[in-house]
Amino acid sequence: MNRVSAAQAMALLYRRDLVLAFRHWDQVFQPLLFFAMVTTLFPLALGPELDELRSLAGGVLWVGALLAALLGLDFLFRSDQADGALEQLLLSGQPVALLAAAKGAAHWTVCGLPLVLASPFIAIALGVPFSALCAVVLSIALGTGILSAIGAIGAALTLGLRRGSMLLSLLVLPLVMPALIFGARAIDAAVLGDSARGPLLLLAAMLVLALTLAPFAIAAALRISAE
Amino acid sequence: MNDLSWIDMGGYAAFVWPCFAIVIVILIGNVLAARRLHRQARDAAIRRVDAGQGRS
Amino acid sequence: MNWTWLHKFASPPHAYRIAGRLAPWFGWPAFLLIGAGLYGGLVLAPPDYQQGDAFRIVYVHAPSAWMSMFIYGTMAVAAAIGLIWRIKLAHAVAAASAPVGAWFTVAALSTGALWGQPMWGTWWVWDARLTSELILLFLYVGFIALRSSFDNRDRADRAGAVLAIVGVVNLPIIHYSVYWWNTLHQPSTLTRLGKPTMSGDMLWPLLTMLFAFMLYFGAVLMVRLRAEILARERNALWLRAEIGR
Repeated sequence: MNRVSAAQAMALLYRRDLVLAFRHWDQVFQPLLFFAMVTTLFPLALGPELDELRSLAGGVLWVGALLAALLGLDFLFRSDQADGALEQLLLSGQPVALLAAAKGAAHWTVCGLPLVLASPFIAIALGVPFSALCAVVLSIALGTGILSAIGAIGAALTLGLRRGSMLLSLLVLPLVMPALIFGARAIDAAVLGDSARGPLLLLAAMLVLALTLAPFAIAAALRISAE
Repeated sequence: MNDLSWIDMGGYAAFVWPCFAIVIVILIGNVLAARRLHRQARDAAIRRVDAGQGRS
Repeated sequence: MNWTWLHKFASPPHAYRIAGRLAPWFGWPAFLLIGAGLYGGLVLAPPDYQQGDAFRIVYVHAPSAWMSMFIYGTMAVAAAIGLIWRIKLAHAVAAASAPVGAWFTVAALSTGALWGQPMWGTWWVWDARLTSELILLFLYVGFIALRSSFDNRDRADRAGAVLAIVGVVNLPIIHYSVYWWNTLHQPSTLTRLGKPTMSGDMLWPLLTMLFAFMLYFGAVLMVRLRAEILARERNALWLRAEIGR
């Protein structure tokens, strides 16, 4: 039998997850719709004044993206656990941390990337000037990446628990608050015409840290949950 | 006279005394809770030992 | 390095007995020192130049805040030891510490809010320290909630340990983010709950209270640890001897 390298296994897993996800289009669209709806709530609640919305745009975009991404986290490992694929992954002999990273990447592609692509449109609807859109996209991209990484840890820990999805949110939200602070600030700075470089770089640093360390935590949590 | 003015805490009495009260209640409460937990664990362990007589 | 001493100490009957003997040695000094600290802080220390007598709240607020963070660190280290070296006693220490730490966080938050009212005029201020404490409370509650969701204690231990380790790595990041966020949005006002510059006779009650709270934690931890050990122990032999049956 041919030994599959870790990189090949990761690529295979990534493609498999994408194929599976796109079989259920509605699951792909739901976080996106949620994002659009939640961000619509704010103008409805606060009034249509674009000036006011513009000053809140960073926060609104980020909270909306955060909540939408949280929704999608629940399904990350659930179906694999249900049909036994998770055990197969753990027993496969490949480094679980790398497999976890591949699954996280697939999850981001399915859940996070649509949010990133939608963010400039929603930003415009909130009065954000064109000049700030680059910062918006970068900020949401880095942020959803961080959320996928840290959220996957929570998803692995709460796998199979009753009311696990509520607990998942409770566990993940405090851990991503720093990203929220800098991510929203990046957008606000860009809206005001200041440089968003500082917060964006910090966000990037957080992403790198999350990408480096989270897979190990996810692997440990998966081993605990899959017993 | 001096005593009363001390209790007044320079006008901040409504903030200072509740603070100390809250913390003291929390401290005492934790001690009581810990002891109660130990007592309950002891009782449960005794019940387990009695039920499992002869089992090691 | 020979680790047998650690494993011997970590044996439940041994730990149970030692914890029982240590508890009063922590408890009574804690009680006396708290009394001394309270007297020193409430009666002996002179009022602050800027904050008047309201500054006395520091004598319970600051030690509580310190304990809330210290206990979280302790909890995470214990959980990590339990996870890496598979020592059940370490998991028991983490489980026993969590509620105490959470309560200290509540104490820090409520005293902080009460201190903020006369100083800022509102009941809650998104001050850096208070916001950081609030997030810490969320972390504690998450840890306790996760542990209690598992029926199997062993899985609860290990899942909680992973979470605690992730939390403690995140803690400095959260701390600095919140401080940065706070200076950003309140550039002009005093952004930290005023720690007044302290003279000697203001300082010693604070250090006394701090030390007293540490001893207090030791005492409560010993008692809760004994409860944890009893709850986890399946081997009836030493239990029987210990309880006297």
